[in-house]
Amino acid sequence: MATTLTKAGPAVEYAARLDHVSKSYPGPGGQQLVLDDISLDVAPGEFVTLLGASGCGKSTLLNLVAGLDRPSTGSIDTDGRPALMFQEHALFPWLTAGKNVELALRLRGVPKGDRRDKAESLLELVRLGGAYGKRVHELSGGMRQRVALARALAQESGLLLMDEPFAALDAITRDVLHDELTRVWTETGLSVLFVTHNVREAVRLAQRVVLLSSRPGKVAHEWTVDIPQPRRIEDAPVAELSLEITEALRGEIRRHGQH
Amino acid sequence: MASTETTRAPDTGSVEAGLDALETPHGARVPLRQTLVTKVLPPVTAVLVVLLVWQALVSFGIVSDPTKLPAPRAVWEAVQRDWLAGKLLGYIWTSVSRGLLGFGLALLIGTPLGLLVARVKFVRAAIGPILSGLQSLPSVAWVPPAVIWLGLNNSMMYAVILLGAVPSIANGLVSGIDQVPPLFLRAGRTMGAGGLRGVWHITLPAALPGYVAGMKQGWAFSWRSLMAAEIIASFPDLGVGLGQLLENGRNALDMAMVFEAILLILFVGIAVDLLIFSPLERWVLRSRGLLVKS
Repeated sequence: MATTLTKAGPAVEYAARLDHVSKSYPGPGGQQLVLDDISLDVAPGEFVTLLGASGCGKSTLLNLVAGLDRPSTGSIDTDGRPALMFQEHALFPWLTAGKNVELALRLRGVPKGDRRDKAESLLELVRLGGAYGKRVHELSGGMRQRVALARALAQESGLLLMDEPFAALDAITRDVLHDELTRVWTETGLSVLFVTHNVREAVRLAQRVVLLSSRPGKVAHEWTVDIPQPRRIEDAPVAELSLEITEALRGEIRRHGQH
Repeated sequence: MASTETTRAPDTGSVEAGLDALETPHGARVPLRQTLVTKVLPPVTAVLVVLLVWQALVSFGIVSDPTKLPAPRAVWEAVQRDWLAGKLLGYIWTSVSRGLLGFGLALLIGTPLGLLVARVKFVRAAIGPILSGLQSLPSVAWVPPAVIWLGLNNSMMYAVILLGAVPSIANGLVSGIDQVPPLFLRAGRTMGAGGLRGVWHITLPAALPGYVAGMKQGWAFSWRSLMAAEIIASFPDLGVGLGQLLENGRNALDMAMVFEAILLILFVGIAVDLLIFSPLERWVLRSRGLLVKS
């Protein structure tokens, strides 16, 4: 199993390009550096996970890529507005599952007559064909995240950002959603930038795992994962690489205990 | 590992279908009998107890002066008399039409005002505290100045209703907007709903529960203000509403008529709430899963 340390080459095409991105916030005792000189490319159709302990600025980084915030220095280029999925489903409770998807279509300018069919086929894609008229509170946690995925896909953005989207789910549901996400990613050819603190999840899903160090967040290591999909989280190669990455992650964390 | 692909793909789908079925909450319908016993029986019992105590006070001569406390039967006869004379619905309609029209105007003014206060920092700092303070000012206080400014006419009534209801409606909307989870706004912005589109598609629907609560309180305040105005500023040319009926009863020392008017005022206030605002509120909350069936 090749788990060689690789450095991303100069990409001609990219779904997202982060070029020497830094971000600091005013804090007690001056500017607090949260992200330090991060350069990262996500190729079209690539699945990248960002991994790190607390304080690595994962969510800040996603906010920057999503365009919800601006970097202090450096630049971020994306192909259009990326779709964003959160740890909480963030579905609108005043709308049905189907109407949530339709709102994304509407805001993108899809004509009224096409929305219903498109929304239903997107729900089909996440295997929720019968859930169009369901209210958000009538769905289970896993179903809500799948509706949220359908809504994100409705934006037809080339890039999907995911901020620990499965962290709040139980292990069985999370496992099934890993399979689902891999299937949807394979079927749609989407680029995904997936943030997590779960090493096995990162290895289970990604083609490339990027480890961020903490305080400030900085790219520490990168691994290319060439275990063929579909993988399972219990597969030996997944476990093997997870162990290696966990060691590196612990090394990063350990540095903060020493002065 | 490629060989496993065919066996795994259908497996995931069926596991998922099973999970969905297991984890979907089931809401069973409450049987009608249980609704009657738990929801209808208690208030009916309470009303019957009040009537019995009232009747007992009169029957056993504890209060024997009918100008102080009329018998329930005398009040019922007063209602019946007005009904047979074809005046009862006229009294009710005079007040209800004023109340609802005034409330509608209050809605038209309170809604944009609430939006402004919620969204524009300067406006909030300038009039936000006054707006919440006005809620605790009894709207009866506005009757004397309104009479002086506008005279004894319908505009005076509407002015008093507006001063009573607009702050409630605006404040309801403001607190509704303040309680919109920031996550919804972020989700909206990533979907391209910023600015005015964000207000229309995200902020307003998300603020609806607070807005409806404000409307409900606004109606209660409209109705109270109107009754105060009708009682204090009764004038024959204005048409007899329920407030005037009460005042007429007092002038004629007709206690049955006074009780008739009080009961009708109470009845209309409750009826409008039960027929319009409570169902609206329940619908808003239930569709969001915010109403837990007890």
